[in-house]
Amino acid sequence: MSEPILKVKDFTVEFWVDGVWYPAAINMNFQIAPGEVLAIVGESGSGKSTTGMGLMSLLATNARMTGSVQVKGHEMIGAKPSVLRKYRGKEVAYIFQEPMTALNPVYTIGFQIVETLRTHFDMGPNQAKDRAIELLTLVDIPNPAGSFNKYPHQLSGGQRQRAMIAQALACDPGLLVADEPTTALDVTVQAEILDLMRGLKDKLNSAILLITHDMGVVADMADEILVMKDGLTVEHGTADEIFNRPSHPYTKELLGAVPKLGSSVKRILKADPSKGSAPVLNLENVTIEYPKRGRIPAFTAVKEFNLQIFPGEIVGLVGESGSGKTTVGRAAIGLLPIKAGKIEIVGTDISHATQKDLFAIRRHTGIVFQDPASSLNPRLPIGESIGEPIFLAGIAKGEALNKKIEDLLDQVELPRSYRNRYPHELSGGQRQRIGIARALALTPDLLIADEPTSALDVSVQARFLDLLQDLQDKLKFACLFISHDLAVVDILTHRIAVMQDGRLVEVGERDQILKHAKDPYTQRLIAAVPVPNPAEQKIRREARLAAIKK
Amino acid sequence: MIFKRKQKVVENLAEANENAIFNKETEGLSQGQIVFRRFVRHKAAMISVFVLFSLIMIVFTSSGVKIGPFTIPGWWQYKFDQLLDLRTEGCPPGVVGCPTLDMVPSFIDGTGMGLGMHPFGQDDIGHDYLSMVMRGAQRSIYVMVVIGFLGGSIGIVVGSISGYFRGWVDALLMRLTDFVITIPTIIIGSVVGYHFGNLGVGFLAFYLGIFAWTGLSRLVRGEFLKLREMEFVDAARVAGASNRRIIFKHILPNAVGIIIVSITLLMSGAILLETALSYLGFGVVAPDVSLGSLISQFQDSFTIRPWLFWWPGLFIITIALSINFIGDGLRDAFDPRQRRRLGKKEKAASRDQAKIAAASN
Repeated sequence: MSEPILKVKDFTVEFWVDGVWYPAAINMNFQIAPGEVLAIVGESGSGKSTTGMGLMSLLATNARMTGSVQVKGHEMIGAKPSVLRKYRGKEVAYIFQEPMTALNPVYTIGFQIVETLRTHFDMGPNQAKDRAIELLTLVDIPNPAGSFNKYPHQLSGGQRQRAMIAQALACDPGLLVADEPTTALDVTVQAEILDLMRGLKDKLNSAILLITHDMGVVADMADEILVMKDGLTVEHGTADEIFNRPSHPYTKELLGAVPKLGSSVKRILKADPSKGSAPVLNLENVTIEYPKRGRIPAFTAVKEFNLQIFPGEIVGLVGESGSGKTTVGRAAIGLLPIKAGKIEIVGTDISHATQKDLFAIRRHTGIVFQDPASSLNPRLPIGESIGEPIFLAGIAKGEALNKKIEDLLDQVELPRSYRNRYPHELSGGQRQRIGIARALALTPDLLIADEPTSALDVSVQARFLDLLQDLQDKLKFACLFISHDLAVVDILTHRIAVMQDGRLVEVGERDQILKHAKDPYTQRLIAAVPVPNPAEQKIRREARLAAIKK
Repeated sequence: MIFKRKQKVVENLAEANENAIFNKETEGLSQGQIVFRRFVRHKAAMISVFVLFSLIMIVFTSSGVKIGPFTIPGWWQYKFDQLLDLRTEGCPPGVVGCPTLDMVPSFIDGTGMGLGMHPFGQDDIGHDYLSMVMRGAQRSIYVMVVIGFLGGSIGIVVGSISGYFRGWVDALLMRLTDFVITIPTIIIGSVVGYHFGNLGVGFLAFYLGIFAWTGLSRLVRGEFLKLREMEFVDAARVAGASNRRIIFKHILPNAVGIIIVSITLLMSGAILLETALSYLGFGVVAPDVSLGSLISQFQDSFTIRPWLFWWPGLFIITIALSINFIGDGLRDAFDPRQRRRLGKKEKAASRDQAKIAAASN
């Protein structure tokens, strides 16, 4: 083993808040050799990003770092800002989660790469430009010379992430810190970016510190894994050890919570959909168009979409971002007007419904939104948020309403005392429970769940899915479950519908779609999902690459 | 991004403490009740409410009120337009009508504390300055309240309707707003004043109110455009809420920060507007007085008889500051993310908790 590029010893980060030092990362010990990938995994708030930022003293002024961080034998803790600046970008480069916010929107990506180059090297503008184009070629951006002059908003999400990787690689850094590099991307794009990072690592022999919550990504990339919880290192070992012989209970719990695509342990779907009866939701040849606005032409988001959902059935709707799945969900409860086709809910045609008609069907429908932070009114105590549908439907008032709110809180397993809290005082998982409670307030026949778990940690997600399933068993509502995560859909649904570019690609029974998909797009989608098992993932990766080559 | 993430960590830690304190409340409270409780807890705002309220009481009871045949006397003996003898004794040489208010206790200079004949002094020709300041404050408060109320409500309604409904309603209302903005308030005011003479303070306040809403409506519209796209608005619509309910119950409380800041600025600015128009002979015209007219009338006396300047100035500052603090308190009460300042006891408790947590690690 060669000399490690990064050595971290007894590294502790604390924040000064209201007169108290709060530790965010405690006694971290690890090192990375060139060509190695160390993954730090943990749930939100575990201190993994703080650790990554703290390595190069990139934290705010109320942070205190102790211990030792050595990059190529040079101490970084307590180093002068001028020294730190020399190492940042040159020896240690960062890739962030959201390339849209990490790249400056008012400069071209070429300019931003050239800036990095000319900060660290004595280079002329033309020479730097040549090198930048070379880097863009290296990260497989189409038409590198043309892309040099493009602004971040002119690139797709995957291309932006590639541009950021190109910028990070500008000075041949010894260490690449990748903080959730693929969380904002679709699975197929994620697979490409991971391939790219793996290839570059081998080519340039740099080390990668991968910070992520996604066990699939970890299984795909990591040689060594460090599991964090509440700022403490819970377990540290090779990928093989962590995945196959986890010793700490938290690691086991974390691995257990990860939904596995096509895993043998399946949940038994108790509620049996009654196929014979009339569908709760019936979409026939639905076309939805976002009208022209100023110079932006009209955009057809969904084309001739057909789907039926029967009472007591959970149907998964999967697709990548921009495929129109959320649009379908919103139209299905009358939040968006449709251009052509027919939508029926519980036998009522709402294709061209007026506000008054829609009011009547509100009692039969509920929706859980994707982002629990914005779907609850921040100025409304959550008790009122939950009670609103009941109040507006005129079912209960005053004391009776209070009682109902308490029942609903019990149902989603939250303490009754939470009713006077504001949404920001709750965690993401709790907020999403409130979202469910509100959606189920009127015991609807149809529940639309629009990516309800995409903002949650895996263990929280597992609890949320359990809850949703229990409630479904009890209340027997039909559910359209929209998700980009095939593994989640696999756990929960009876049938799966796959969407691409506004069209329905394939629909069928769960096992039929996941095991014997007919459509090539579905096959590609399934192949791109990383599986949280290093050995299996390696086989899957090679199979996928072979399939692409063909 | 770094800062955002870091801040989040800090907020989370702080929130954890807050949560522990909020835990004890379990009974069902409405939004209004919770906002009221938070407002009552805001010290500066509560002090300001007290100050403003007592100021208004003092100011409006100073002169008598005549109801039918009965006259309720005020607590001050002189009227603001009553001519009195100019007092010279006790004043520095060359100065007349100096204030008789003595705040120095008798054990220091021997004369003792007391109001005297003219606590605030007299103006050039012998009017009692205290009654003039009281009269002026009455006028100014009246104008301010009317402008704040009228301008505020028109601005909020126009802004929220155009921001929420968009389309042609928005276009129409915003062009109307543009039109009102182009009208120079002062010039139209002086023309009206010239033609119709002095129409009194009520008309002045009304006139200013119907021109003062434009800025606010623009701000509210912008805020509504942003908020109407949020998912909680969709959630409310799915719950069956009407447009009216969505506007007033869901969106407006979220825009309250901007509204309150701009209304308090509007009210403070009203004093100056009123002064400017009064100067042009429209509104508060001599012998009637307002705080603004008193200041502009005596601005040359500052070096020799500074009290003519101080008293109305002190009243303007007190009123404007109280309104600002009350606005501050309201904004904080409406904003749940605003962290309540912890008391000493609570601070100590949270510190102990942190220590225990640190030790257990």
